[in-house]
Amino acid sequence: MESASSYVPEVPPFRQSGVIGAESWRLTSKVAELWQYRELFYFLVWRDVKVRYAQSVMGVGWATIQPLVPMILFTIIFGRVAKISSDGVPYALFSLAGLVPWTYFSNALNDSSGSLVKEVSMLSKIYFPRLIIPLTAVLGRLLDLAISFVMLFVLMAWYQVMPTLSVVALLPLLVLIAIVTASGLGMWLSALAVQYRDVRYALPFAVQFLMYAAPVVYPTSLVPVRFRYFYALNPLVGVIEGFRATLLRSGPVPWDLIGIGSASAVVMLWFGAVYFFGKEPVFADVA
Amino acid sequence: MSMSHTTITVDRLSKRYRIGAKQQRQDTLAGSVLDLIRRPMTNLRRLRSLTTFSDTDTEDDTIWALRDVSFEIKSGETVGIIGSNGAGKSTLLKILSRITQPSHGTAVVNGRVSSLLEVGTGFHADLTGRENVYLNGAILGMTRNEIDRKFDDIVDFSDVAKFIDTPVKRYSSGMTLRLAFSVAAHLEPEILMVDEVLAVGDIRFQKKCLSKMGDVASEGRTVLYVAHNMPAISRLCQRAILMGNGQVVQDGPVHEVISTYLNSGLGTSAMREWPDLAQAPGGDVARLCSVRVAYEDGDIADTVDIRKSFQIAMEYEVVTSGYVLLPHLYIYNDEGVCAFGAQDLDPEWRGRKRPAGRYVSTVTIPGNLMSEGMFFVDANMIVVEPFIFQYWSRSAVAFMITDSLDGDSSRGDWTGHMPGVVRPMFKWTTQYGRRVPEKVAAVR
Repeated sequence: MESASSYVPEVPPFRQSGVIGAESWRLTSKVAELWQYRELFYFLVWRDVKVRYAQSVMGVGWATIQPLVPMILFTIIFGRVAKISSDGVPYALFSLAGLVPWTYFSNALNDSSGSLVKEVSMLSKIYFPRLIIPLTAVLGRLLDLAISFVMLFVLMAWYQVMPTLSVVALLPLLVLIAIVTASGLGMWLSALAVQYRDVRYALPFAVQFLMYAAPVVYPTSLVPVRFRYFYALNPLVGVIEGFRATLLRSGPVPWDLIGIGSASAVVMLWFGAVYFFGKEPVFADVA
Repeated sequence: MSMSHTTITVDRLSKRYRIGAKQQRQDTLAGSVLDLIRRPMTNLRRLRSLTTFSDTDTEDDTIWALRDVSFEIKSGETVGIIGSNGAGKSTLLKILSRITQPSHGTAVVNGRVSSLLEVGTGFHADLTGRENVYLNGAILGMTRNEIDRKFDDIVDFSDVAKFIDTPVKRYSSGMTLRLAFSVAAHLEPEILMVDEVLAVGDIRFQKKCLSKMGDVASEGRTVLYVAHNMPAISRLCQRAILMGNGQVVQDGPVHEVISTYLNSGLGTSAMREWPDLAQAPGGDVARLCSVRVAYEDGDIADTVDIRKSFQIAMEYEVVTSGYVLLPHLYIYNDEGVCAFGAQDLDPEWRGRKRPAGRYVSTVTIPGNLMSEGMFFVDANMIVVEPFIFQYWSRSAVAFMITDSLDGDSSRGDWTGHMPGVVRPMFKWTTQYGRRVPEKVAAVR
């Protein structure tokens, strides 16, 4: 027959040689593989962002409304009626500074937990590191977070509140803690949901509970001091109080809360990864 | 790239699936209520058991989709995997493309793999055609640069250039499929694994897909190909693996393996006999004994080389003397189109009353007449004068015509789809020159 063309295909370093069967996983190889598939990762995050507000009138406007509506509600109920302390900051601003990271976290966790089940047709048709799926959901919500920040800054300008300079260094760290927490829990719950669809029904309650277990509507200063470090095991505590300290000057930066929260987030990430990689081989069979 | 290099080594690969425990039914109200309370616990046990296997598992609770499958595939080989539904073909491909893991055994795959278990994986209805090309390309393992470079070719091949910036949800299903296939067709893997991708879409597009597969195969890549389309497998592959009940039944040259498959009782084979005359199709005058498709040397031929002539022989018993008979055949392709009918023209018995006894009417069909594909033969018999119907044995036998890529059939150098139920070899001439020959000019 005719001779093969002399064109040499570009061979990217992925999907190369491998032994299939009886594999155990190593973290380094999982991370290396994630790096090899970074373009797919990028495209899936991009798809997530692109598609989320497709064919809606408000579009990304929803990202600003999501924290804004509960803020108004909380300001009336907790600020005006219940008169809960807000560390000397206007309650509206106080609750929005909590709701911005909280809304990001709860949306990221929600998307991520259901992600594997949602993408089951892809899981059963093609190979790629499955980790990309729950992480895509977590990263895809970052755009929403950025947009809701705009709303927060507008409200800060309205109340004439100037953030501290530490915001430049601290804010990315706090967002990172939220990402790590959502990723860890998301990996665990998404893998769990593949086998037990109960996750989908139980999650709304858990998220609701978690919100009241974090200082969204009330300040940490209301929590008895002896419970303070136990309370800080919820990584969102450090994140939210850090947001308020650096953006609203509600007090000194709570390094103790942030430190405990970070450690707790890393443990969650580790636990999530262990569970996820343990179940990864059977995703396609079970889902 | 050395041609004898082993690309895929499969060693005693086994895969066990759980089919799920039987549900118990409760007949009494109390039983149902009790069952409702116990249900979460039994559900938990059932769901947990999906991922855990123990030696105490009963055989009827689990199935072995694959059991001790071993073979090797060398670089540049094109291997077809055939077998009936549930034979383990898809499971094998899923393991080799790393979608699922084997229960036992190993497989070693050397090279860049692209697996196509469907086209359009990851397509999103809200994204435009352009966006989906990039997304799907990335999912199939193309780099961004690679997609950039091939983008125009992909769009050209798909015929949807006009709508490339329209969301895919506005496409017809055919357009979506064409775009999805175009992306897949532009993969350049070292090893390509394809499963039933061709089972979707219209016939014309399936054929386009096949011809693209033929290109891949002829470029010296390794191809593993699962489908039910026997003519396609026989044309694209040199070797085939027949699977049954999760095991390799036969592994060898494609025509031998296909013939084993066709004879395995799943389909109609090239020979059928009715040993008991009383049970055989027929009337008071004639009864059918056997039908066979064979080469002229007498070898039964399930698969017939398109270039060779072959024979269809109908054997029948005339039980009542004194009638003029007309044995005849109808030949259909796998789309149910009748290719032709053929009736016995042997001058010795034409219009002549036949005495009782055993007869064999044989028709010789020349090579380079029929197109490739499966054909089904109806074996029929009527009494001519007066008209008395005797038998019409639908799909009595079947055979497959295979076309080679050697270039000496009417296919020539073309590897793609050729339409039609017949594929005769014609004489072609070409005249070349500025002046139109007088004869042609006169016709104008």
